[in-house]
Amino acid sequence: MAQKLIISTSPHVHCGDTIERNMRWVIIALLPALIASFMYFGVGSLIVTATSVASCLFFEWFITRVFLKKPSTLADGSAIITGILLAFNLPSNLPLYMIVVGALVAIGIGKMAFGGLGNNPFNPALVGRVFLLISFPAKMTSWPVPHQLTAYADAVTGATPMNLIGQIAGGNTAAADQLPALKDLFLGNIGGCLGEVSALALLIGFVILLWRKVITWHIPVTIFATVAVLTGIMWLINPVLYVNPLYHLCSGGLMLGAIFMATDYVTSPMTAKGMVWYGIGIGFLTVVIRYFGSYPEGMSFAILLMNAVTPLINNWCKPKRFGEAVK
Amino acid sequence: MNTFKIGGVHPEPNKLTAGKKIETLALPRQAVFPLSQHIGAPAVPCVQKGDLVKVGTRIAEPGGFMSASIHSSVSGKVAKIDSVIDASGVRKPAIFIDVEGDEWEPSIDRSDKLVLQCNYSREEIIERIKNAGVVGMGGACFPTHVKLSPPKDCTIDTLIINAVECEPYLTADHRLMLEHPDEIIIGIKIILKVLGIERAVVGIEANKPDAIELMISKTTMVSGIEVMPLKMKYPQGGEKQLIEAVTGRQVPPPPALPASVGCVVQNIGTVFAIYEAVMKNKPLIERIVTVTGKSVTNPCNLKVRMGTPVSQLLEYAGGMPEDTGKLISGGPMMGRPLLDASAPVSKGTSGILMIPQSEAARQEERNCIRCAKCVQACPMGLEPYLLATASEQSDWELAEENWIMSCIECGCCQSTCPSRRPLLDWVRLAKNRVGGIIRARNAKK
Repeated sequence: MAQKLIISTSPHVHCGDTIERNMRWVIIALLPALIASFMYFGVGSLIVTATSVASCLFFEWFITRVFLKKPSTLADGSAIITGILLAFNLPSNLPLYMIVVGALVAIGIGKMAFGGLGNNPFNPALVGRVFLLISFPAKMTSWPVPHQLTAYADAVTGATPMNLIGQIAGGNTAAADQLPALKDLFLGNIGGCLGEVSALALLIGFVILLWRKVITWHIPVTIFATVAVLTGIMWLINPVLYVNPLYHLCSGGLMLGAIFMATDYVTSPMTAKGMVWYGIGIGFLTVVIRYFGSYPEGMSFAILLMNAVTPLINNWCKPKRFGEAVK
Repeated sequence: MNTFKIGGVHPEPNKLTAGKKIETLALPRQAVFPLSQHIGAPAVPCVQKGDLVKVGTRIAEPGGFMSASIHSSVSGKVAKIDSVIDASGVRKPAIFIDVEGDEWEPSIDRSDKLVLQCNYSREEIIERIKNAGVVGMGGACFPTHVKLSPPKDCTIDTLIINAVECEPYLTADHRLMLEHPDEIIIGIKIILKVLGIERAVVGIEANKPDAIELMISKTTMVSGIEVMPLKMKYPQGGEKQLIEAVTGRQVPPPPALPASVGCVVQNIGTVFAIYEAVMKNKPLIERIVTVTGKSVTNPCNLKVRMGTPVSQLLEYAGGMPEDTGKLISGGPMMGRPLLDASAPVSKGTSGILMIPQSEAARQEERNCIRCAKCVQACPMGLEPYLLATASEQSDWELAEENWIMSCIECGCCQSTCPSRRPLLDWVRLAKNRVGGIIRARNAKK
């Protein structure tokens, strides 16, 4: 027989899924939010996103090729996602050098220092974002108001819904009058980080991720449910100080975090049960930080803290074994 | 429609030969019979070089309780007792018979006439099945007479007939149902009599509507036999998955048997073999083999004498296509790769599959990205990523703690992994080691 046959054990066929396919669909799912961001923040959103993606790609290439002398891993698409997500967590008027620093921390410390894709304990984009938040608190906590399409560094900043919710809870009930309408919150016609404003665009991305089976519903839905229940209870107790839970769901980084950051494969739990506990943890910490912490928004910290707990969750939450019940 | 609850995947069905009638393959020039075609002790030859045998002559006797007889499928002269690399890829002792004519043992009823009335006692039936060398035809090749004698402390209430054929490409069971439904129904009645129970369920996946319809129409007048269409999902033909799909019961982890939840499962091909053994006095000397593949000229379902070399089946199907990258005995999910086409067809050969080069080569392995798709796919509720890592690090304790012995090696995890990790390779290695550790521990007790 002339033909040389391959000998390897079963299974002999594969469903065709690849890392690239999953990453590609995450990028596609992020596009609606990018378009929404451009509609509200104009060129600033594009400048920040492009800078962030380019820096992330450069640093990953530089570290793999120059330091580690390994084949480039850019093609897997994960650095692009980190770049987009980092940008989505920044104000659209952030100076370029800060973005580059953020990308260096995200890729260099958040990801490559641990061995690259698959080995990082923390979500790299959030590592970069929190580093910037702590290093440049003033710039990182002033957000342009929407509809300054041609402005970048000179954009006028203003209060975001998250600031207002904090002020109201602090006793300044007059701030309630400045709260935007729910419709504007849902569409994204508010101040905030450039990718987080439009709940609608992010939910479209969520549907895409579910449809292409990139993620399961467990993490986002449990985060939404936990935040809705906790803030709902507080709202029922005192509707003057505590806003309607819908405001919490549609404002700040909640949607972006729940759909795109908390569901990061590498840093989230492996079993459905684990994902539910992880989601509850993130929702709980977010509400606690929003109402009782010194930062107006707690999503990034909540996700990073739960990232740290993920290995423990994986140890505790085992799948339901076949035949276990009848043991 | 019912199915099993945990995990499972949906590979492309590719049932290219579902509409192809079973054809009879010509006799080989030499037939080769490995002595170990079943789980358990190898059979012991009872013929010598130079002996003349007929079709149906016993050539090897069971080598123990858990073993099975082997019969010649051809008439001719024993050429030698040597060894052969069989369809499982292992070199095994085997009997070689040079074919001369086609003379059958006179005790075998070769007519097509249906024999309806079974007047044998339970013991006589089991003895006939044992004498005919019948083993499970689904692939595992468990000696059937052993399976029909469940432990005394278990109460059996349901016989499940496995006609799921969830492996992609394979259609041997499907065709058998369409072409021999009456024999199958008599076979089921015989097994019910042996087990002393009154309920049998035939599980068929929904992608075989013609077989479902035919079996339903044939069983409406028969009490105790129910046909249950099942929602398509791999590995529904796995014994434990099928029991759950049909009865909702979960077999406890090994070493528990299906009998512990009151079920006995028999493959539909085995049922047909039981009919022939008991009613026709015909030993297991033939089987249906699907010869298939996307580039194969004439994919077909063949009735083949045991011991026929695979190359003869390939010839009938139009030869091995140029682009073949892998030649597989069995289906694409659990089949064994063949070194070449010289291996003989044996009792467990359900199909011969040729996979093109483009699909056969494994892609480069990448880091685990912890996407959890293997955990979602595993039908046994295991964490393949964790078991594979434990195996890579030789952490046998971690593997055992995480239920590695429950793995049924269905391949769902590996066929799903976007990082193309050889998860099942690692799990098999660890299963082997952990199995050894458990046996050593039990031996000490």
